[in-house]
Amino acid sequence: MAELTHLTMAGALDGLAKKDFTAVELAEAHVKAVETIRPLNAFITETPDKALEMAKASDARRAKGEAGPMEGLPIAVKDLFCTKGVLTTAASHILDGFKPEYESTVTSNLWRDGAVMLGKVNLDEFAMGSANITSHHGNVISPWSPGEVGNWSRQLVPGGSSGGSAAAVAARAALGATGTDTGGSIRQPAAFTGIVGIKPTYGRCSRWGVVAFASSLDQAGPMTRTVEDAAIMLRSMCGFDPKDSTSVDMPVPDFRAALTGDIRGLKVGIPKEYRVEGMPAEIAAIWDQGIEWLKAAGAEPVEISLPHTKYALATYYIVAPAEASSNLARYDGVRFGLRVEGGNLKDLYENTRGAGFGKEVRRRILIGTYVLSAGYYDAYYNKARQVRTRIKWDFDEAFQRCDVILTPTAPSTAFAIGEKMDDPIQMYLNDVFTVPASLAGLPGMSVPAGVGSDGLPLGLQLLGRPFDEETVLRVGQVIEKAAAVTATPPFMA
Amino acid sequence: MSYIQGETGDWEIVIGLEVHAQVISNAKLFSGAATEFGAEPNSQVSFVDAAFPGMLPVINEHCIEQAVRTGLGLKAQINLQSVFDRKNYFYADLPQGYQISQFQQPIVGKGEIVLDLPDGSSRTVGVTRLHLEQDAGKSLHDQHPAKTYIDLNRSGVALMEIVSEPDMRSAEEAGAYVRKLRSILRYLGTCDGNMEEGSMRCDVNVSVRKPGEPFGTRCEIKNVNSIRFVMQAIEYEARRQIEIIEEGGKIDQETRLWDTTKFVTRSMRSKEEAHDYRYFPDPDLLPLELDPEWVEDIKKTLPELPDDKKARFIADYKLSPYDANVLVSEKARADFYESVAKGRDPKLAANWVTGELFGYLNKAGKEIEESPVSAENLGGLIDLIADNTISGRIAKEVFEAMFETGEKAADIVEKKGLRQVTDTGAIEGSIDAVLAANADKVAEFRSGKDKLFGFFVGQVMKATQGKANPALVNEILTKKLKG
Repeated sequence: MAELTHLTMAGALDGLAKKDFTAVELAEAHVKAVETIRPLNAFITETPDKALEMAKASDARRAKGEAGPMEGLPIAVKDLFCTKGVLTTAASHILDGFKPEYESTVTSNLWRDGAVMLGKVNLDEFAMGSANITSHHGNVISPWSPGEVGNWSRQLVPGGSSGGSAAAVAARAALGATGTDTGGSIRQPAAFTGIVGIKPTYGRCSRWGVVAFASSLDQAGPMTRTVEDAAIMLRSMCGFDPKDSTSVDMPVPDFRAALTGDIRGLKVGIPKEYRVEGMPAEIAAIWDQGIEWLKAAGAEPVEISLPHTKYALATYYIVAPAEASSNLARYDGVRFGLRVEGGNLKDLYENTRGAGFGKEVRRRILIGTYVLSAGYYDAYYNKARQVRTRIKWDFDEAFQRCDVILTPTAPSTAFAIGEKMDDPIQMYLNDVFTVPASLAGLPGMSVPAGVGSDGLPLGLQLLGRPFDEETVLRVGQVIEKAAAVTATPPFMA
Repeated sequence: MSYIQGETGDWEIVIGLEVHAQVISNAKLFSGAATEFGAEPNSQVSFVDAAFPGMLPVINEHCIEQAVRTGLGLKAQINLQSVFDRKNYFYADLPQGYQISQFQQPIVGKGEIVLDLPDGSSRTVGVTRLHLEQDAGKSLHDQHPAKTYIDLNRSGVALMEIVSEPDMRSAEEAGAYVRKLRSILRYLGTCDGNMEEGSMRCDVNVSVRKPGEPFGTRCEIKNVNSIRFVMQAIEYEARRQIEIIEEGGKIDQETRLWDTTKFVTRSMRSKEEAHDYRYFPDPDLLPLELDPEWVEDIKKTLPELPDDKKARFIADYKLSPYDANVLVSEKARADFYESVAKGRDPKLAANWVTGELFGYLNKAGKEIEESPVSAENLGGLIDLIADNTISGRIAKEVFEAMFETGEKAADIVEKKGLRQVTDTGAIEGSIDAVLAANADKVAEFRSGKDKLFGFFVGQVMKATQGKANPALVNEILTKKLKG
């Protein structure tokens, strides 16, 4: 039943409603697909029994006429979301054996609406990375990698940190997956794997039960194969949660209803500062193409300026590690996860944290500790906070003149494992287009827009006003339709 | 000013206090877990308190209200915007690896506390700030020979840290400060002030200087848990510092501990070893914004506080400042007194409450709440004095019985037959008998030995078992002796 795994969420909902197939059949097909794509190392934990059990319950609900908005849809969960009774690792050795006794709000919302869990997918350790190469559970390989399965001629990265989510969805092993985005961790892997990924406005999705990386930036969002599916899944994930003080008490709109295709008269901001030096010609070309598509649909491009863009990356790589250094202090070997004994408390800490954290996580903890230290706080952390405010103002001002902003998602197509790895700065540059909106807390989405000269996917990014995911999705779908990308990964379930 | 006499002359002690007061609240500052004292270890711990992955703090509004109430009670500025920060350090009983506290923008700013000193004078000490923070858990080192156990019941409990200006100049003033602060907190119902259970703890900053000179280098004595220890620690620490300076040494800024068995302060860590707490605003919590109307509403519910009550007792009941102080120091005492004084002679009531009652309670080691003599019953006793049923002297005997049995004064008087004799005939009879039996003394008196009058009074009282009304005895005796 390979065709079941190639459905969109919208299509699967139709099929389930028309009784073309059952949720159990849909789940079985996906459980098999999850097995098939094992060479990608996308999953850390497969939960086939849970999937079938949930699917059975879903069929029963549907039979009683109690179908939820995502009834019976099999999805993968980034292994940063705590799932009750199911191993939750954050792709780190330090959480060895950790099975939470609680379920994150976002996944609870998804199960409430009928979704079915296939398993927990791989990511960069603690979501720190842009290539899914920092996981304790090994690299994730993009299904777009050329060559024979398992014997690829080039092992491409799926992007990161939500690399397992992106690979699983692109390889048709899940109809969608949850991702989290701190500086681009949904949008960049979506672009690299030719799928849709949206990070909603900061505060839309509860962070409760999501392993924290950088609290003021972390935001969950869906990764799907179409904009419509993203709208369906986002609606289920969002919602006010009194357990998260930064969650926003606002009604959740029917995002799918916003997909009218009508963007006539909409002003699309094109930030001049994003035409960075050395931008590959095909990236510039796809961006221009995007502008043309929107123009053709009746929108009006306007040049805008986001003058503080050049400071965004530096700001991000101060704020995020600072928060992370503190957020990760709780992994001390005392109460849960890995413990490496020592002769005294200090040894216990050093042994546990030394063994439990990978190199990139340790690097960021060190950076974060440094920028918060006495004597450096004002020069780094405090300055970064001030710049962050300026970046937010840039957007506020820009949105006086436009309704949505169009940019490339990433500065290149997917690279191969081994490339860009010696130089962390080079790796951090991947986030250059995604980080500013993260700092400003704005909704941002990556939509497949075409393929590069290497045949690999290219994405375009849309940024919206706070809590205006609807415009982002509407414009995104116009691009999706105009681009009509037909290329699929060489390896699919 | 009280100075300490050193080898090189007078020294002045400069003291500032940081008091950690546990907020009275059913739930913790950022979680719904219970806060009861003395529960089974780790039985009052939520996943938030144990800092499990993905857990987030949510501010407990009641704790905020308690902090604001306390700020208002200290006549302090209430900051309508305040910020919670993370204070980062590693310790086994600090599950998050940071304490959520308030650093640059506390909820309460400058206020003041009026100290009531033993000599009846008063003195105002500045309060620098009050901020809210989480308590840590407890490390139990005595459960296993090699291991330390952790009890997280206290982890996340709300504390108010109340910081004074360096305005105090003697151990007595510091003691008076803690007593007064505790009294205010108890009046407000925001902290039970129970230092033995650790719900109030003091960090004491001490330095010395020659009068008129700038502040010296201070040492901080951490976690002192009784007023007596606060005072002892200050005395010891000041003398230690003076000795060092007078011997040509310098004071190192450091954190010290009060050794409660050896009665000395000991070095805990030097300035160089001090933590770098890397404070930064907690990104899990938004800045706390208070509605001015909400603050006003809390203000309206404030009880009458000790200073106002004291002023009223002096004005309305004509009490001495000393008696007023003693009575208002605890709300329960003041309330007790007012029930006794209602409709009675307020000074007589004050004498009975501060004299007999407090004396007996003190001896029995009882709090006013546990008094076997209720306010109503003490009032009843005073009424018996006022209407001449018993004399003041007999009343003391009656009180002793009341304190032992909890019975009413009238019942005891009745049962023991202590009613005062006011029947002039009966008293005359007793006097006649005494005069007849002491004819020689009567003659001596009449020949000018006036002092013998007391002897006759004593004999009459003895003959009536003290029940004769003393005024009547005086009157009739005078008449008979002179007649």
